[in-house]
Amino acid sequence: MKNDRAAGGRPRLQRYWDLRAACNFIGGGTGTGLVIAASVLAMFGKPFVAPLLTGLVFVALGLTAILFEIGRPWRALNVFFHPQTSWMTREGVMALPLFGFGAVALLLAWFGGYGNADRALAVFAGLTACGFLYCQARILRAAKGIPAWRDAALTPFILLTGLSEGAGVLALLAAFGFAPDAVYAAALLLCLLRLIAWQRYRAGLAHRNAPEASRKALDGIGLAFIGLGHVLAALFLIAALVWPPIAAVAMIGGVLLTLAGWFSKAVLITRAAATRGLAIPRTPVRGRGASRAVAGNR
Amino acid sequence: MTRYVMVADLRRCVGCQTCTAACKLANGTPPGVQWRRVVDMEVGSYPDVQRVFVPTGCQHCDEPACAAACPTTATHKRADGIVDIDYDLCIGCLYCAVACPYEARTLVNAAEFAYGAEPTAAEAARFDPRKIGVAQKCNFCVDKIDAGTAAGLTPGKDPDATPACVNACISGALAFGDLDDPDSRVSRLIRENKHFRMHEDAGTGPGFYYLWDKDAFAL
Repeated sequence: MKNDRAAGGRPRLQRYWDLRAACNFIGGGTGTGLVIAASVLAMFGKPFVAPLLTGLVFVALGLTAILFEIGRPWRALNVFFHPQTSWMTREGVMALPLFGFGAVALLLAWFGGYGNADRALAVFAGLTACGFLYCQARILRAAKGIPAWRDAALTPFILLTGLSEGAGVLALLAAFGFAPDAVYAAALLLCLLRLIAWQRYRAGLAHRNAPEASRKALDGIGLAFIGLGHVLAALFLIAALVWPPIAAVAMIGGVLLTLAGWFSKAVLITRAAATRGLAIPRTPVRGRGASRAVAGNR
Repeated sequence: MTRYVMVADLRRCVGCQTCTAACKLANGTPPGVQWRRVVDMEVGSYPDVQRVFVPTGCQHCDEPACAAACPTTATHKRADGIVDIDYDLCIGCLYCAVACPYEARTLVNAAEFAYGAEPTAAEAARFDPRKIGVAQKCNFCVDKIDAGTAAGLTPGKDPDATPACVNACISGALAFGDLDDPDSRVSRLIRENKHFRMHEDAGTGPGFYYLWDKDAFAL
């Protein structure tokens, strides 16, 4: 039996969700980022099949990881029972049209497109991917037990991380000719926006006095996350943009951009998720002793 | 209407954990799982340190974050304020566990018993395979309350309709009852004493009140 005497109600790292849960956010983010990118490409008449297919595979892998996390995987369909308030149900609901539109778009593209029907469906898949990604961000915000996830600034960070991961994989696909070179500029822009969102999120945590363990875990990845995942990634993308003969280096930038996003989410779920702990605002009056307010009560 | 709540008088709690033991016996929770815990807090810094024993567990909130998060509706709030889990619906995703600000939930992935692979007679009598692989937590001994009220008993007053932890408390620190009944013990205790609820800022409206001093202005 674990005794609380040592902990005394102080914040502790949650152990309910591990890397398998993080994989849902990783696969879902990267996958929806790719599907959204594919829908934009489809709108502009560009090839969209490779990013759409890859995106759906990523989302499916993320959802599969969840099946290994939950205690009763054979009851997984019960997840659809509570759309009124549960963001997890809403995520599941969004997954249905995402795969539906995506699969039919791919099928039509395979058979020649049927006019522009394949592109129209790819755009619909992109719209539902936006919804899926938003639900993922809100899943974390609704977790009232984990202060580091409740911060409002986490939502734009999760959204931009998903989009930038998608752009990163797209840059990789572009290097192999499966997407236009214009994606390098989009990846660069998203890299910058994600960095801004990260800084806002980190500043918010410090300002709102989130548990020290959460802030330390996120501080710990700062150098790798910003240095490799943003600065170095941006340099490769800029190089590809200003000197087209070496455009293939954008592939490295894309990989760095994507890996940094995965890394940040893995840390956010598994190492920065300290509970708020148990705390009392006042001590009881006992004997002749007086009550006193307890400082640092979150 | 009925709103069942629990009251813990922090002036009276001595940290003996009898409530914890009673809960384990009544609900057959496996080793390491405590639906009713008593947290031993140290407040202040040397030499001015105070020790406070804080009984805790599910707070049976007015707006339970766990129920809102639950994707299956397995976690639900009853009309009498008790937050319960339907173990046949729960998928064990533990979204409820990260949503709960009170660390009140646990998941047990395999049957475990206190003395090896075989359950004791008491554990065997209370073992429920539906609780494996799903979230579990304190339910205010809801079966006892339902059976008691069906028999015309009053929860919080009659031991056969009262949670095991309250019955077992040696110092009378724990009380249980209907907050909507102005004559109930919990209503009187809350009226006559200064109290707080944990993490009120979370907006969950906990149904667990902590008393810390006599209210000199109480009517």
